[in-house]
Amino acid sequence: MNEQKRQASVLQLIGRKFLNGLSSFGGTVILLGSTIRWSWRALWQRRKRKGHSALATQIVRFGVRSLGIVCLVQAFLGIILALQMAPALSPWGQQDKIANIIGVAGFRMLGPIFTAVVLSGFAGASIAAELGSMVVAEEIEALEAHALNPIRFLVVPRVVATFAMLLALTVIADLMISLGGYLTSLVVLGPRVSAMYWQRMQDQLRLRDFVSGLVMAGVFGLLISLIACHQGLRVRGGAEGVGRATTNTVVYSIVGIIAAACVFTAIFYVFGF
Amino acid sequence: MASGQEHPVVRVMNLSKSFEDKSVLRDVSLEILPAETMVIMGGSGCGKSTLLRHMIGSLYPDSGHVELLGQNINDLAEEQLNELRLKFGILFQSGALFNSMTVGENVALPLREHTDLDEQTIQIMVKIKLEQVGLRESIDVMPAELSGGMKKRAGLARAIALDPEIMFYDEPSAGLDPVTTAEIDQLITDLAKKLGVTTVVVTHEMASAFRIADRMAILDQGHLVKVAPKAEFEALRSSAATGDQAMDTIRQFLRGESQGPLTARRSSTGYEDDILSVV
Repeated sequence: MNEQKRQASVLQLIGRKFLNGLSSFGGTVILLGSTIRWSWRALWQRRKRKGHSALATQIVRFGVRSLGIVCLVQAFLGIILALQMAPALSPWGQQDKIANIIGVAGFRMLGPIFTAVVLSGFAGASIAAELGSMVVAEEIEALEAHALNPIRFLVVPRVVATFAMLLALTVIADLMISLGGYLTSLVVLGPRVSAMYWQRMQDQLRLRDFVSGLVMAGVFGLLISLIACHQGLRVRGGAEGVGRATTNTVVYSIVGIIAAACVFTAIFYVFGF
Repeated sequence: MASGQEHPVVRVMNLSKSFEDKSVLRDVSLEILPAETMVIMGGSGCGKSTLLRHMIGSLYPDSGHVELLGQNINDLAEEQLNELRLKFGILFQSGALFNSMTVGENVALPLREHTDLDEQTIQIMVKIKLEQVGLRESIDVMPAELSGGMKKRAGLARAIALDPEIMFYDEPSAGLDPVTTAEIDQLITDLAKKLGVTTVVVTHEMASAFRIADRMAILDQGHLVKVAPKAEFEALRSSAATGDQAMDTIRQFLRGESQGPLTARRSSTGYEDDILSVV
């Protein structure tokens, strides 16, 4: 009897987790639809365009403030890649290919992915905590009561800012990871690697490497901001709910980023992009 | 009920609502007439805030409907509901000020978003509204720096920014000292009487309720047990117990007594059985 009960409760738990996951996914997709609709309307309706200062605030909050961390993390990545590749390539006399490897890995994947991970903490957690606290303090209800749509008023500026900032930060990240690799070559690996570093990177990289990284960055930006807004707006139960939403946002965002990166890499591979 | 010929500004028709398995409102019907102040009372968890949230369109009923200014709000599309929302104001329990904006920006927000007034006029309007609630000097203060009473007054200034026809108040005196409570009550009365604003107040503060009400309604366990003019409740409060269970329940609530049908109900919840079942 107890065994049956235990099995039933395990099944219930799995079922509940599955339904929760489904509801989070569905809610985030619906939020994406509403965000696109409200962004479109904001483009064409004068009064609904008044949100430019809200957008600027979010851009400063997520973009400018995370710039230093993004630069630091990406420079470290460049250094790590250079130092790890050097011993593996030296027996084949291919040490100078470090620039090629850092170029492709950085521009296509590491730049966007690690910038997104940094922003999932910087923007995602902060959006979820902020919106969650607004729910608890009845601010969202007050917005609705004043005939102000929370999606237009709160979600759109945050999604647009995160999306735009992830694109901009990824460009900077690409440069920083390359720079990190170059400085390592210059200081540690010697002139054989550093002399032709930029030339080799330039020969290796195609526009599609840069563009595919930016496409992924855009998707990551949407993922992080939508997950964060959805988790924040569905907060129930006071401070504990806000904490849960913040944790969920970071966890779901990172899983989402890696999963999306995998899917997009597969698509790019199949289509030879 | 007053003359019976006036069209009600707020009409709640056979409203029922459950959350999961818990029934919160059961077949509630209530009419609120133009320019009157209706106070809805009841103990914690009796469903009064839920009723208020149905009246402002924040919650959707399981059955029944709510009419505001002659329109069934449960049938309205979001755009139409938003049009209607401009005609009423709400003071939330916590004030619900937007914490990222100053007091002045909070009050200016509805004016900026819903009118074509120029910025200079908006600033003048904001000062007028803040002066009405005695907060003109706090125009540039952030909400986090305000006391509980000041937050409510700032919330009130924002709620009346668009000169609403109906005002809803959710526990306006909760957590305030007696003097601040009296000040808020005076503001509510001034708005209702001087400007003819139809007023709906949800509260369990008896002193406040008797100060501001024209009519009162009592909710108990999701049922609307009595709706009557204030004088009737005053008479009931000062009369002796009659043995009529329903009236004695209301009387205990009005007097705030620790002994009576309300507390007897709570103590008959099978406490002994619950304890013995553990052994």
